[in-house]
Amino acid sequence: MRTAFCKTLYEIMSRDSRVYALTADIGFRNFDEIIAEFPDRFVNVGVAEANMMGIAAGLALSGKIPFTFTIAPFVTMRCLEQIRVDLCYQHLPVKIIGAGGGFVYGPQGTTHHAIEELGILRTLPGMTVLCPADPVETEKTVLGSMSLEGPSYIRIGRNNEPVVTDEKSPFKIGKADTLRKGEDVSMVTCGLSVHNCLAAADLLALEGIHASVINMHTIKPVDKETILRCAEETGCIVTVEEHNIIGGLGSAVAEVIAEEIHHSIPFKRIGLNDVYLRMHGSYDDLKQEFGLDIDGIATAVRTFVEEN
Amino acid sequence: MLNNQPIRETDINSLKKLAQTLRKDVLKMVMASREGHLGAAFSCIEILTALYFNVLNIDPLQPDWEDRDRFIMSKGHGCFAQYAVLARRGFYPVELLESINQKDTLFGGHPDRDKVPGIDVSTGSLGHGLSIGAGMALADKRDGKASRVFVLLGDGECQEGSVWEAAMFAAGNGLDNLTVIVDANSLQAIGKTDDIIPMEPFSSKWKSFGWEVREIDGHDYSEILSAFNNTLSTPSVPTAIIARTVKGKGVSYMENEIMWHARAVTENEYKQAVLELNEGTSF
Repeated sequence: MRTAFCKTLYEIMSRDSRVYALTADIGFRNFDEIIAEFPDRFVNVGVAEANMMGIAAGLALSGKIPFTFTIAPFVTMRCLEQIRVDLCYQHLPVKIIGAGGGFVYGPQGTTHHAIEELGILRTLPGMTVLCPADPVETEKTVLGSMSLEGPSYIRIGRNNEPVVTDEKSPFKIGKADTLRKGEDVSMVTCGLSVHNCLAAADLLALEGIHASVINMHTIKPVDKETILRCAEETGCIVTVEEHNIIGGLGSAVAEVIAEEIHHSIPFKRIGLNDVYLRMHGSYDDLKQEFGLDIDGIATAVRTFVEEN
Repeated sequence: MLNNQPIRETDINSLKKLAQTLRKDVLKMVMASREGHLGAAFSCIEILTALYFNVLNIDPLQPDWEDRDRFIMSKGHGCFAQYAVLARRGFYPVELLESINQKDTLFGGHPDRDKVPGIDVSTGSLGHGLSIGAGMALADKRDGKASRVFVLLGDGECQEGSVWEAAMFAAGNGLDNLTVIVDANSLQAIGKTDDIIPMEPFSSKWKSFGWEVREIDGHDYSEILSAFNNTLSTPSVPTAIIARTVKGKGVSYMENEIMWHARAVTENEYKQAVLELNEGTSF
């Protein structure tokens, strides 16, 4: 997704001279093409995320469209108040790209994981929060962010993620994609969990549990219509995300269910249960340990369906 | 910008009068709103009048003119002084300042660029302005524009680490079109800067971060204008003007008194302050 982001950014910069690429010293070789072709519009601000957001705000106030890039926890939480005051309060079209969202940086440890940022950024007025599922959707998301007047956050992974979306399928910010239809349960998910949910749905189908899989690539504004349709069609919903179950996609979906559906429906949030991972291991090891691998998700959904 | 133009005595005399007028404008606003940061507004009045009347290339009839110089009030709590100077410079009628205590007024306790004509950046949280100014200066440089960016910081504000992130960035990127003025009034919200986190040697700090530094009396117009006239003296080096000022300057009982950081005035205090400002007793 990192490569897809940089390739897309290069294309955007080729046709729009207002676009700037900013990094806080992350992305070795990723920006080579941009640096070679647009040296005046590439800025490595150094290891200084707060300053990067201020610089981006200043550029935006002077008519530029900056993309700010570094590892997800640093580009969001280290400089949260700059995002709030400089970008959201002033409603500036700065795009924030968080690489390695969730715990993709597995063995690097908790400092390099972002399991809270979707929820935190979701509370900022005017902020759009996006979480594409794969490199193909990353490209569409980055392109789509150009039409936003205010600030946006795009959580991406690292590299070589499996492609689960269709190159030709339409993409619209705020409009979820139904990737699989089933009648027993709706799995609403985002980001890298989309792949695991699709695979989990395959496993469940063998057991006679038919799940819909919804790619909710836009966490904010969340697609109410699709959530309500899921509730109607399957009568129960689970959310799956590489995030604390507090604040992120699960909370966004829960808010819609609580406010818009006037009868009780079974609902469950699958994610990190308000814990830091505190364990070293590969990304796959961590997913398995915390129940976000294919088997873990399938087990949780199976239990949920059986109990309801 | 009036670079290298002689400073005329008549300019200085009219600026001095204007400063006292502005202080009275600010007092009226604090009286009306029952709150505000008088001390911080009074310490930067001379700096603001010099900037808005002799330095900034701006057009009150086109506040959003693309090629204007930018000014960022990074110490946003001093904004009553900026509201007054913008009014006196013709961005809006002076009478509009009276709306300060009314619902839907343009003028809040910290400046909002969406509301007040002539405000380039919304501020209020300290330590943000220099990064934003550096971003603007970078955009101008890369676009080959001649416009310039000025950022007013407080000395207490310089305790924010982000100020120094931006200082390093500006020097590292050769932003000679960026000028910082530090309103060094030596007092912060609840104590003396020296007793809290001493900032001295202040000039050396900025120098060591790669800035050209001038230290001046921030209430002396010849020193202020001379400092502004001599910015841009070293190519690729940003300028920091350390303006030594007095918090609450112009009213005897407010000068150097910590309690006037954010206190409203009583009727009697107001009258005495106006009397002193009319007589110009502090100068």
